[in-house]
Order: sequence, then structure tokens, then C-alpha cells
Amino acid sequence: MQDNEKRFPQIKPLMNSSEAYYESSRCLFCYNAPCTIACPTSIDIPLFIRQINNGNLTGAGKTIYDSNYLGNTCAKVCPTEVLCEGACVFTKVNIKALAIGRLQNFATNNAILTKQKYFEIPNPNGKSVAIIGAGPAGISCACELRKAGYQVDIFEAKSNPSGLALHGVAPYKITNREALMEVEYLREQFGFNIIYNTRIANIEDVQKLETKYDAVFLGIGLGNSAEIKINGEDKPECIGATEFIEQIKMNPSEEPIARKVIVLGGGNTAMDAASECARLGAEKVIVAYRRSEKEMKAYYFEYDLAKVTGVTGMFNIAPIEIVGGNNVEGVKFIRTEHVDGKLRNIQGSEFVLDCDLVIKATGQMKQKSLIANISGITMDETGRILVNETSGQTSNPKYFAGGDAVNGGAEVVNATAEGKIAGIGIHLFLSR
Amino acid sequence: MANLKINFAGIQAPNPFWLASGPPTNSGYQIMKAFDQGWGGAVWKTLGVPVVNVSSRYGAINHRGNRVVGFNNIELITDRRLCDNLREMEEVKKYFPDHAVIASLMVQTKKEWQQIVQDVQNAGADGIELNFGCPHGMCERGMGSAVGQEPEVLELITSWVMEVAKIPVIVKLTPNISDITEPAQAARRAGANAISLINTIQSLVGVDIDKFVTYPIVENHSSNGGYCGPAVKPIALNMVKNCAQHPLVQIPISGIGGIENWRDAVEFLLLGASSVQVCTAVMHYGFGIIRDMTAGLEQYMDSHGFETIDQFVGKALPNVKHWEDLNLKYSIKASINEEKCIGCQLCYIACEDGAHQAIDLNDDKNNRIPKINEENCVGCNLCSLICPVEDCITMVRKDDGNEHLTWRQRTEANDVPTTFDDALAGGNSHTVPTPLEALKR
Repeated sequence: MQDNEKRFPQIKPLMNSSEAYYESSRCLFCYNAPCTIACPTSIDIPLFIRQINNGNLTGAGKTIYDSNYLGNTCAKVCPTEVLCEGACVFTKVNIKALAIGRLQNFATNNAILTKQKYFEIPNPNGKSVAIIGAGPAGISCACELRKAGYQVDIFEAKSNPSGLALHGVAPYKITNREALMEVEYLREQFGFNIIYNTRIANIEDVQKLETKYDAVFLGIGLGNSAEIKINGEDKPECIGATEFIEQIKMNPSEEPIARKVIVLGGGNTAMDAASECARLGAEKVIVAYRRSEKEMKAYYFEYDLAKVTGVTGMFNIAPIEIVGGNNVEGVKFIRTEHVDGKLRNIQGSEFVLDCDLVIKATGQMKQKSLIANISGITMDETGRILVNETSGQTSNPKYFAGGDAVNGGAEVVNATAEGKIAGIGIHLFLSR
Repeated sequence: MANLKINFAGIQAPNPFWLASGPPTNSGYQIMKAFDQGWGGAVWKTLGVPVVNVSSRYGAINHRGNRVVGFNNIELITDRRLCDNLREMEEVKKYFPDHAVIASLMVQTKKEWQQIVQDVQNAGADGIELNFGCPHGMCERGMGSAVGQEPEVLELITSWVMEVAKIPVIVKLTPNISDITEPAQAARRAGANAISLINTIQSLVGVDIDKFVTYPIVENHSSNGGYCGPAVKPIALNMVKNCAQHPLVQIPISGIGGIENWRDAVEFLLLGASSVQVCTAVMHYGFGIIRDMTAGLEQYMDSHGFETIDQFVGKALPNVKHWEDLNLKYSIKASINEEKCIGCQLCYIACEDGAHQAIDLNDDKNNRIPKINEENCVGCNLCSLICPVEDCITMVRKDDGNEHLTWRQRTEANDVPTTFDDALAGGNSHTVPTPLEALKR
């Protein structure tokens, strides 16, 4: 098996203590700090940076975990450039923002390695909660509930925890080891149970949980990559980005990557998949997006990162067919343009780009079938579970939800925040 | 073009930057190297009966990423034999006849003092500095600051030296005293040609909070040391000013204390020093800092049209007044440049918690630029000092400059508060929130 930690050097490596000292020295300790306001989990960032600077590294870890149970994972995978670091006041005078993510990683990595026990777990309160999905939302919700004395069992379809933080985040952002070690650290500290290889797939499974547990949290995330519904999509070298990244991360192969790769889509997952192909040695990697460069959903820095690794972006081209015989030989595109604010194909502009691998990064499907089976849970028209934002409660009072299944696919930090809110919501609901 | 040459109490030097007596002047090797790089003079590591030193010897204050903003030592005078030092001194003078070599001395008896003065004169020293300042180790033996703290003893020993001295004598003063001008006057009375100040400040630089012992640690114990480095500069500046302004001192002053760049040096010169001495900065950065110091001083002098050092020595002294002679009618208010503000709100919280509640946040939470409440602003400067952006908060003059009224004048006119609840209290001019409002925010 290939060693991913060597194949994919971390773009935000762990700081050493000198770096952390000098970097933390730069923090202004802003009042009502914009970085904290920008953080979905409201970490008191100036406080933990000051604690690092003043030699209270374990205290810094406590400050972070008080707000965010996946402090280390978020430190590594958060798009800090558009959250805390993007809000740093230094950027207004063209001074480099504090490396908040890396400082946070410095503190939480220490907490994990030294097995800091920051939370007292009370005696069992006699109630229990089932959590479906051991991703960031589920783990965060579990920690919050354990802190209030609930028994918590997490049912996970896969054989590992951490959801997309393990299976879906680009390997140069976080190593598998890091993603797993934080969940293990939390499990040891909080004492929740994770039941692996157990997919809650049908209404019978759900009813069992509903009977046995006092509440159920749905942290089920999203499903497989969405289809684009064009001819030739079923060829073996036309695969979904989520599945592609999971393959690279969980079953790294000795086989060389395809020579020419076309990634369809303009989001962050497209950039990740493209970057990974380039880093794995593909000669040519094209990100093809049907709209303009400006309209891409990917963060500018993710596109920059992809370009630096050798990825080319092509815009205003829409795929209309995957061409080839038994195997992929290319993608037929048609050029697009905006007319009266609407995207329109330009007739007669079709052309074919050769490739031997197509990666579809046009979103993930919703897990509608499971939810549709639970009576009383309302979804919006796109299949997102509707919840009360302040409690995570669904329209069926016994069910709570958070993470991608609710927000439609956001960051790990959003799932973490929503899991915690739901944990508090469940506790309020059950202690009424 | 600026001429940096000085004549300090009869000691000639190519520039006013001298190495202070200390580890950087421990040997002829170091002093030759320093002169070669551009230092104008050097005060040799204090000579006397050689000592035995301990390890470790230094402790430091680091502040938010800056190393050694304050420095502390428990090293004593030279631990090398006098004969070796004298031989090296002769050699240095042979290669650098135009540079100032000053011998720092510390001994006990009259006989020893008069002997060692003649020894260093014979070795070719250009001047002598009497170390009456060292506040650790030697003072317990009746030397160093033990002398500097007793003006009568200082005067006596200085007079012994003056009996045999043929070269200028500088008395180095300790700051570990209530009124620095008393030993300074004593030095003048004894006939000393100049004074130098400050020596180090008696200090404990810090405590190892796990081992329960202060720094620097010698096995499991420690001892008080002498404090120096950038942090002591304000104390030194004030003492130099006190001596320079005193009518019964009026001899040349060599300024010492936290000098590490040309700007620091200019400040000492403006307050009446006519040479400056540097030690800690060289221990931190090496002799190479002299390049910045001479270049900066030349640039400063050229930009102000000063041709010689003499032309601006003491130039700031007339402007350092007693508090009661300051103009109470001078009024400034803070002003925030909204274009430059980065929204850190440090000015807000500093004024709110640490001053006069004269800065308000914007009602619109998305607008992070605070607003000055001019009615409450007392013009204290705090916000402009803590603002991290250059020239963002400035203090703007509000009075028309026509009125001048000092505390002294108000006192003479019976126009000052005299009772505890006097209506003339200055604080009546601005609003102070009631205590309970603190809990409503």
C-alpha cells in the first residue's frame, strides 16, 4: 500500500514551538475579535493564541475544545482563508493574517498527544441517544450529550469514523492518522460507543432505534456523487469525485494514475480531485466548468492551489457525452454563454477533449430514501432535512439532525457546530 | 556633512559611540575588532583584583517574540590578570591611537587605587572610569554601588584618584539611589572630569516557577543581579536629564542604559549626554550594529543641519519642565482616520476599561470603526499609543493656542482644588458612568 503521508505533504504542517511562539506573538488580541465572529463554532481565538504565547498550551487546548469538539480536525481542514484568517484585521493593511489554523493545530495536537482530559463526564442520567453517522456532526453531538450524562451509541455504516473528514477531505489537508486520532481521543475522554459496519438503511432499523433510545440524531451526510445524465457516463473510467477521493485515501494503489484527466465541476471537491490527480503524476488535468470562472463555487485559494499543482481550468464548456468504446477516450463538450442571465449552449460549438479518466464533481446526492421512511420529518425541495436552527430538532420531535444532510454540504466546522447545537437541543428536549 | 568627532572631557574619539565596560570589552581582541568595525571608544571591562565567576550569569526578559528586551547579569569585574589586560591595552592603543580607550577600575584601598591608576596610564589609556555602580557581588565587598550610594565615600575615593590622575577621570554612577544628582555633585566636588550613567539596576529578572528559584540559576540557587537592556532606557534618560539640569553638576555626561540604535543615542545626546555607551545590544547583536548607529546619526544630523555633536547636546533640556509649569489650557482630542482603521477595537477597549470611556463602538455591528466621544476625551494619548496602525489615531489640537495657564499660576491665584470635595476637581469636566452601568453592558 502506498504511504499517503509521503505522497501528499501537508499544506498546513504542524508548527514547531518556535514558530508557534513567534506567530502567536503577532496577535493583537482584538476586542470582540473578528476571527471569533467568523468562526462557525465561535472559538475564543485571541484567548487561545495568548495562552500559547504565555506558555499555557494545555489551557489553549481547553479553550478550543470548549467551543469545538473537533478542534484539531477543523484546524487542519477549515477554509481558514475565508473564515477566521480571512477576518484577521491584519489583512486590511496587507499584513499576513495570523496562521490561526496552524496555531490551533499546535494546541490541539498537543492536547491529543498528551491525552488531556478537559471534561468531567457525570454519572449516567438514565437516558440514551442513538446517533446515525460517526462523521463530524455525529461525533460532536455525542460529546455534548456525554457531557450531560447520556448513554450514546453511534451507528456507522463504514468501518471507520470521521465521515468526510477521513474519507473525503483532500489528503494534503489532513492525514488519515490525524482524522482518526482525534475521534479516538474524544471516544476515550467522553466514552461514547461507535458501532461500525452498521448501516441504518430501512424503516425497521430506524424503528428499533426509536423504541430503544430516547432520541435519535441524524448525522447521515450525503450519498454518492450525483449523476450528470449524459451518454457514456457508465464507462468504468468515469467516476464520482467522492468515490475517487475515498479510493485514494482508504485504498491507495500502486497503479499509476491516468495520463489525462478531466474533472467536471467548479466546486471545492472538483479542485481537490484535480489537485490530487496532478500530485499523483497525471500529465494533464483539466477542470471543466460549464459556467464562467467567476461563478465557480470553489474558493479562490482552492483554485489557486490546483493551478499551482499544474491543473488547467476551462470555462463555459458543458459535457454532453463521454466518448469511447468500452473505455473512456474523451469528453464531448459544447460551449456555453450567458444570454439574458441564462446559461445557453452555443449550437455547433461541440468539440472533444481526449482523456482516459473522467471525474464527476458535480455534487453529492441526498439520502432521501431513509428520511422519507421516517414519519413526520420534513425535507425541503432539494432533499435537505428541515430543522429548528437553534436546537437541531426536526419536525418529528424525537429526531434531531445536523451536518451535510441538513445544510446540503458545507464544511466540517459547520457540521461540528450543528452537531453540538443538536446535542444541547436534545438535552433541553429530554430534560423538560 | 556631519562630523561625528567628539572631545569628551578631554578624551578624543572619532564618534560618540563607545562600548560600555562589560563582557564585550573583556579583551584587547574584542576591542580591536570593535574599533575595526567603527566603534569610537571602549571602556575596558573593569580592572582590579581578578575575580572568580559563576555559571550561569545572565537572565533575560522576552516580550511577545522579542528576545532580551531586559537583561540581567551576575557577572563580576574582570577575571583576567591585570598584567595581561595592560599588555593588551598597550597593543590596542598602538593600532588605534585616535580611538578612546578608557580603563574602568574598581579596587578597595587608597594604595590600590593610586597604583592601578598609574598602571593604566602607563599602558596608554586615554581616560579612567571609576566603577561605583555595580550592584551585585562587588557591593557586598564594599565596592561598586556601595560606593556610589554614599556620596561622601565616593568623593573621598575620587579625590584619591585625582591626586595621581594625569588623564580625564569619569565617575560611573549607580541608579540604585533616590537622588542621582547627589553622587553626581560629589563627583564634581572631588574634581572628576565627567560622570557616566547609569550602571545596572539591582534586580531579580524572573523566577523559575517550577523550580522555585530566580534567574539566573546557579545549581539550585540564584542571587540578585544588575538590570539593563532596552527596558531601562527611560530610567536612564531621566537620570541623565536630572544630572544635566543640575547647576552643581555641570560636567560632561556619558549616557548609558538600553541604547541599541542611533535614535536611542540621539535621545541621550539631546538630554545632555555628550558620548554614549553600549553593552547589552552588542551582547545581543554583535559589534555590527555600529553601522546602523553611525549612518543613522549622520543622517539625523544632516537632516537637522547639525555639523557637530556639540550643536545639539542638551537641546531638549530646556523643554523638560516641572509638571506645575505645563500649560493646562493646551487641549488635544483623539481623532481616528477611518480610512486607515482596521477595526481591531483595541482603542475602544483600552479607553473603555483603562481610561475615560471616550470611545464608542458603532451602532452598526458590521462597522467596526469606533467613534471618539470628544466630550469625554481628556487627550491622554492612550488610544493613539496602542493603535497598531501607523498614523491612524492622531491627537488633534483643539485650543487656539492663545491661552496659557499653569498649575503654578492657578495656585498663586487661589484657583486650585484644596478640599476633598472641591468643585474645582478636574474630573468634573467629563462624564463618568455610574457603577451599575458596568453590569448593563
